[in-house]
Amino acid sequence: MPTFVYMTRCDGCGHCVDICPSDIMHIDKVTRRAYNIEPNMCWECYSCVKACPHQAIDVRGYADFAPLGHSVRVKRDEEKGVIAWRIKFRNGQKDIDLLAPITTKPWGTCIPQLADVSAPTQEQRDSQLLFNEPKYIRLDDGDIHTLKSNGLKMKAGVYY
Amino acid sequence: MAYETIVEDNIDILVCGAGLGGTGAAWEARYWGQNKKIVIAEKANIDRSGAVAQGLYAINCYMGTRFGENNPEDHVRYARIDLMGMVREDLLFDMARHVDSAVHQFEEWGLPLMRDPKTGAYQREGRWQIMIHGESYKPIVAEAAKKSADKVFNRICVTHLLMDESKENRVAGAVGFNVRTGNYHVFKSKTVIVAAGGASNIYKPRSVGEGAGRVWYAPWSSGSAYGLLIGAGAKMTQMENRIVLARFKDGYGPVGAYFLHLKTYTQNCLGEEYESKWWPQLQEMVGKEYLDPEASHRTHRPIPTCLRNHALISEVNAGRGPIHMVTMEAFQDPHLEEIGWHNFLGMTVGQAVLWAATDVDPKNENPELTTSEPYVMGSHATGCGAWCSGPEDVSPPEYFWGYNRMTTVEGLFGAGDAVGGTPHAFSSGSFTEGRLAAKAACRYIDDGKAEGIVVSEKQIEDRRKEIYKPMEHYRIYRNEITAGTVNPNYINPRQGLDRLQKLMDEYAGGVTVNYMTNEKLLHIGLKKLKILEEDLEKIAAEDIHELLRAWELKHRLLTSEAVMQHTLFRKETRWPGYYYRGDALKVDDENWHVLTVSRRDPKTGEYTMEKAPCYHLVGEDE
Ligand SMILES: Cc1cc2nc3c(=O)[nH]c(=O)nc-3n(C[C@H](O)[C@H](O)[C@H](O)COP(=O)(O)OP(=O)(O)OC[C@H]3O[C@@H](n4cnc5c(N)ncnc54)[C@H](O)[C@@H]3O)c2cc1C
Ligand code: SF4
Ligand code: SF4
Repeated sequence: MPTFVYMTRCDGCGHCVDICPSDIMHIDKVTRRAYNIEPNMCWECYSCVKACPHQAIDVRGYADFAPLGHSVRVKRDEEKGVIAWRIKFRNGQKDIDLLAPITTKPWGTCIPQLADVSAPTQEQRDSQLLFNEPKYIRLDDGDIHTLKSNGLKMKAGVYY
Repeated sequence: MAYETIVEDNIDILVCGAGLGGTGAAWEARYWGQNKKIVIAEKANIDRSGAVAQGLYAINCYMGTRFGENNPEDHVRYARIDLMGMVREDLLFDMARHVDSAVHQFEEWGLPLMRDPKTGAYQREGRWQIMIHGESYKPIVAEAAKKSADKVFNRICVTHLLMDESKENRVAGAVGFNVRTGNYHVFKSKTVIVAAGGASNIYKPRSVGEGAGRVWYAPWSSGSAYGLLIGAGAKMTQMENRIVLARFKDGYGPVGAYFLHLKTYTQNCLGEEYESKWWPQLQEMVGKEYLDPEASHRTHRPIPTCLRNHALISEVNAGRGPIHMVTMEAFQDPHLEEIGWHNFLGMTVGQAVLWAATDVDPKNENPELTTSEPYVMGSHATGCGAWCSGPEDVSPPEYFWGYNRMTTVEGLFGAGDAVGGTPHAFSSGSFTEGRLAAKAACRYIDDGKAEGIVVSEKQIEDRRKEIYKPMEHYRIYRNEITAGTVNPNYINPRQGLDRLQKLMDEYAGGVTVNYMTNEKLLHIGLKKLKILEEDLEKIAAEDIHELLRAWELKHRLLTSEAVMQHTLFRKETRWPGYYYRGDALKVDDENWHVLTVSRRDPKTGEYTMEKAPCYHLVGEDE
């Protein structure tokens, strides 16, 4: 069923509804808890699983090709900047823990506000440069590549 | 119906769809338009939307000019041979000369890029790919977009672009509805950057029933970039160039890191290498210019992806399937084993779920590979999308009309999957294209090109009626029947999607016909598509969620029609392994070394097709 929600863990907070890119996590009007309204449009992307504060959502592989009895669980921690996975095989013979960083900086703090940086000059506007170029491309003082600088031209015809 | 109309006025730059292309556009627009009003309209939530919602484990387009690794023209030559010559080299060169600056920014923002401990350069997966811990790639670029945008409207399904009524063929904004409140949203804007992504689910997927969401490109990639642009009368290019992926069977887990970094390889059911035996026959079809295994071996010139697909498909048809990926050697190294798993968890968790469910431990067993159903997109190893202007310092006159990445509709720009002829841009290249489009859009406004735009109340009201028609239709006809979904006066979005997928599959070269089509089949397919289009006037939506599915389907239909028209027009088999024209099985450089360009007249729905010259980057002395 791709994702499903454990009845006893969900409190209806709606984080999963807010994040699902497919718009398929909805709150059931009677139980006031979340469920997947359209499993055949679920990508098993785990966005909702990662967003649920109560680990109430899990994934059961697609019924048309995935047998029962496996588990892939995840915990994502923005503050610590890591994500932890646990994969358990159906036959119980493999059980792996994997950890990966998700960011190297305190969340959201290292992105400049471009409204406040000094405005581009007319010369920059007329050039081919983007913000912070060519500095962000090269370590030397060279400019961005052009046909001329690279000894190239555009020619119609058949070339391989 | 009691839905409100919410108007957002005086927008300078409207970004429709904020995946990788759209976030790049919103971010960069603030620099060139510090006082401009920048607004995002996004179908989902930009923190997890688009093809990168679950993350990526690699950035597939990075030159490394800083480290002396590649120049932009090297990448152009690579993309050109991979696409059998059919690319917009001006756009590719332009993307490639800027892409590194996007990647360096990502690192500064906190995206964990792996480093090669020996050289200090980024850890290469292959010549163009670098490895990342990219689970949060999308939330990180979303932060950047949020920093720059004045407003982000999440959960708005954009259905149509608004057109200026004072000057023909000029854009004036967009409309859509909120998939939660149902409210009607009107965005009046001087420019629009469409970055609404490619199309999955227009061909019947191999998965069935509950598993139908297991498609390679995300199921929410609804072809909206194409639907919106085609609907506004923008010219499209290379829409026949759909892509088929060789992936791990059923889960469609990525193979890039496996081939390039883990050095796994494929073999048939007998344990034999099979690719090379198909080359002679294939060389007959495509010519030595495009397939020369010896030269490839000597110079590391890649063998085009479609041709490798062809070998896989042919080997399976010859009865020597399944094709296996030999993982058992690489996975004996615990470090490589870990990378193999991380690679899935970072971008296709479903593959890890599948192996856990089927007890496939790649250390002890070589997993199966298969070829997927076709997808329509323009940023991976294929180049469907809008016919856009290139940059003034690179593009020849046929490719240049004033503003970089502007479509043939004034003020309407594209990025990522929306732009045609630019394969191998991937995530970083799509983001870069968004930046390029944003700078050009600011300039377009500063040049006074967006003055005096007029949008009448009538245009807005007409679109409103059109948008809610599926709900109205449901209300009127629902009570004709007792219960259930079978109704003589309507079909629902799922039923419509099933019909679309079946006819695309059978008539336009899907999986069940081994990617084969011909002129006769395409004519029948186009006829059936027209009737489906008529039936979609009677599509019924029970609620707002179904209304979303109804509009996604309409965008998919417009995309599909373009695919069929282009496939019909190009009378050759340019990309065996992606699709075959059974009535023209060879590459025909004499007549078809050209780009295909189409336009659908928004008023009549009539198609016109033309050939555009294919310009190549060549050295001064060539
Ligand atoms: C499984 C997989 C693996 C990949 N691996 C890699 C890799 O390793 N490295 C790499 O660099 N690239 C990789 N890619 C490619 C990369 O993801 C794409 O090239 C890139 O995301 C394309 O950017 P885009 O902006 O065109 O589309 P997207 O990122 O898909 O963005 C489209 C946006 O438009 C929104 N939208 C759609 N319709 C509407 C509408 N009607 N109204 C409003 N908004 C709408 C969507 O919600 C989304 O936010 C991979 C892709 C997939 C699917
Ligand atoms: S796994 Fe992804 S697609 Fe499926 S319900 Fe969760 S967020 Fe939605
Ligand atoms: S996020 Fe978790 S707790 Fe909140 S509604 Fe969804 S499943 Fe329930």
